[in-house]
Amino acid sequence: MTDAPLSPAAAAARPQTRWQFLKRLNLTTWLGVAIVAALVLCAIFAPLIAPYDPDAQNVILYLSPPNAQNLLGTDQFGRDVLSRLLFGARYSLTIGFLAIVVALIIGSLLGMIAGYVGNKTDIIVMQIMDVVLAFPSLILGLALVALMGATLTNIVIAIAFTAIPAFARIARAGVMAQRDREYVQACRAMGFSGPRILLRHILPAILPEIMVMASLWMATAVRTEASLAFIGLGLAPPTPTWGGMVREGFDNILSSFHLALYPSLAILLLVLALNLIGDGLRDAIDPRLKDAS
Amino acid sequence: MSGKPNTDQPVVEVSDLRVSFAKKPVVQGVSFQIRPGKTLALVGESGSGKSVTSLAIMRLLQEGVARIEGSVRLDGRDLLQLTEAEMRRVRGGRISMIFQEPMTSLNPVQTIGDQLAEVVRIHRGLKGADLREAVLEMLRKVRIPDPEERVRQYPHTFSGGMRQRVMIAMALACNPAMIIADEPTTALDVTVQAQTLDLLKALQRETGTAVLFITHDMGVVAEMADDVLVMRHGRVLEQGSVDEVFSNPKDPYTRSLIAAVPSLAGKLQIDTVPAQPVGELPVLTDGQPVLEARNLAVRFPVHGGVLRRLKGTVHAVEDVSFAIGKGETLGLVGESGSGKSTIGKAIINLASVHAGEIRVCGETVDYGDPRSLARMRRQVQMIFQDPFGSLDARQSIGSAIVEPMQVHGIETGQAARQKMEWLMERVGLDPARARSLPHEFSGGQRQRICIARALAMAPKLIIADEAVSALDVAIKGQIIELMIDLQKEFDVSYLFISHDMAAVERICDRVAVMYFGEIVEIGPRDDVIGRPGHPYTQRLLSAIPITHPNMRASRPRRIADASPPLSPIKPVGYTAPAARWGRAAAGHFIRQTV
Repeated sequence: MTDAPLSPAAAAARPQTRWQFLKRLNLTTWLGVAIVAALVLCAIFAPLIAPYDPDAQNVILYLSPPNAQNLLGTDQFGRDVLSRLLFGARYSLTIGFLAIVVALIIGSLLGMIAGYVGNKTDIIVMQIMDVVLAFPSLILGLALVALMGATLTNIVIAIAFTAIPAFARIARAGVMAQRDREYVQACRAMGFSGPRILLRHILPAILPEIMVMASLWMATAVRTEASLAFIGLGLAPPTPTWGGMVREGFDNILSSFHLALYPSLAILLLVLALNLIGDGLRDAIDPRLKDAS
Repeated sequence: MSGKPNTDQPVVEVSDLRVSFAKKPVVQGVSFQIRPGKTLALVGESGSGKSVTSLAIMRLLQEGVARIEGSVRLDGRDLLQLTEAEMRRVRGGRISMIFQEPMTSLNPVQTIGDQLAEVVRIHRGLKGADLREAVLEMLRKVRIPDPEERVRQYPHTFSGGMRQRVMIAMALACNPAMIIADEPTTALDVTVQAQTLDLLKALQRETGTAVLFITHDMGVVAEMADDVLVMRHGRVLEQGSVDEVFSNPKDPYTRSLIAAVPSLAGKLQIDTVPAQPVGELPVLTDGQPVLEARNLAVRFPVHGGVLRRLKGTVHAVEDVSFAIGKGETLGLVGESGSGKSTIGKAIINLASVHAGEIRVCGETVDYGDPRSLARMRRQVQMIFQDPFGSLDARQSIGSAIVEPMQVHGIETGQAARQKMEWLMERVGLDPARARSLPHEFSGGQRQRICIARALAMAPKLIIADEAVSALDVAIKGQIIELMIDLQKEFDVSYLFISHDMAAVERICDRVAVMYFGEIVEIGPRDDVIGRPGHPYTQRLLSAIPITHPNMRASRPRRIADASPPLSPIKPVGYTAPAARWGRAAAGHFIRQTV
């Protein structure tokens, strides 16, 4: 049997294959990826590359400025700032990552269900999301951590909770755009169940947008975690967290500004890198948005 | 060109026109001329270069991207040599265009009168009362009723046909030497198409404008053209007068295009046999019907006002009864909005049934019971209009065919894979391509994939909703033949929903005609299409283009009456009057008009 070759219109309508958008990532995105990768490596290999034990106190060397022995100086207990920063990366990255994974799963599921089922379910779910979204994430996180106590799990839950509406919204919008497409109708006509249609057919179509949201919100999560630690609702001392280090450094800000400066720079670097990745991904996946924002 | 002696100078003379995009030739040497008052039909399928040719003449292709060679002479000047400023005066002044989509070519936030007035003001420089009178005159010319009233209204209050007439009025506003009509009736219903074509012909007689008519439909060519030029893949395959081309087509491709015109409908007789009243419509097939619909009704609520109260109901389908026998094909024809697609959707639970009963293989489907639904879905499958849209772009086609079998537990694992490969072979695809994604296939191949997927469930009935309407003529023929072959092999029945009479004629055993949610006529194909009894069926069929230009004079034509179309939106609590039926021949029933 013969068939006509692909018409130009059909060829133009070709969807990109799964990883093709990677080619469109610009240089700054790759810079972001490199920074995050470097920080992740630092966190993983912290015990190997850290020059000292992050919790080892040394009363003789307290508050020393950066020098050959302690490259970034020491804090008021004589602990090595560089070692604490390296170990602190573990907590910042873990909390940020876990919080976003939790928020992504719960938020996307809620949003997909709301978008697919519609009607009352949609109204109820999205109204709740709007209420959550109405609070600034720091204030909401603060309230939750204050209520539940500052453990790692609770901090992750609190930050995840603040990020859920963002994922619910983007998943809902994506599902609503796909829901009335003919392939979804075809799936329904073949008697596929709602969960199957959502997870196997619609989710792959909207996943890129969700991933963009994830990288942007991970920056927010890192910031929220640091802010919580700064106001004293982070992991209990002596655990080295970046936000906690800034807070401790504040006590001696006039004499030893390096104590607050370096953890602040670390937070800045990570948040900036995550934002670079998020922006780059968004531009690559939907080039039309590039100039709109 | 045609050998007809014509002393008039040609209006436009195109010689050896070549267009290429980035060194890829898309139009390779097209030459033609059109004399005043004559129509040249440029025929071809999508990608043949016919629209690019017209855009090249108008110089509407992007400079630098497209390379245009040859010459286009109008009024003794070569349009390809003009400056952009000179060209602007030619566009809309000497040549105007009518596009396919009348819905999008008018500005929705300006009144019809303002939009027409703008054209007249720019090109004829009229003002005040003269301008107003000129606009009204234009609307009268294109037969818009109540122009004084209509001139103040916005495009959304106009039907598709009326909008296209407004577009024609705009195109004629400054007495152009030539009109380029790019598929102007393709988006219109067939009865509206007939009116629009008649209007274009009448106006052309009055004004003597030359028309370049771009189309893929040889029936429209037979109705309209004086000369024909057939294009494929950017080359001219055949060129000549319309009689020559239809009586003695030289190229096999031209022959296949002519063969694709509905022939039964072309030989229509309108001498009605009086129908004998029978009261209720008997639902009949031999033996156990595969599908039976009894008094089916589908309604959609219309909400309005601040409180979104129920204001009325769209009676999309009203009191429809029919049955399909084993291995039989029932065609469901009608114009857009007639409810034919809604019936298919209601059967398969994509639209909810308001009243009535659906029986599949003798069992009444309970749409509230998941088990009953699952049983129905194993028996009934659906093929959609857009074979690309109805496949998941991220799923390999093999997986798309296997998935329904797994979901319904018909075959699993290796057995399912084997069945998938066998099915791919049955529909004429290479099983080795099972891992490919849908975009790697052409439109016709994708529709084959959809057919294989439907057959995977070994259904008793396949609902084909405009399944071949989006395909090019040659591919359409192949898919219909495939469906007929598969029907014999699998003993499957089809509910073939289509507005395409050529396809319906080819594949259907029986035909039901829908009009505003109701079946108005049902019976064997040859009876319904050959000797229609209901006035609407007669109107619908007489609007279908003729098969040969020599039938232009002899063709009976029943143009739509001037009465406003019925509205399917009824107030809450409305009950349709009971239908009365008459029998014209064995199995041929006609709804009696009250």
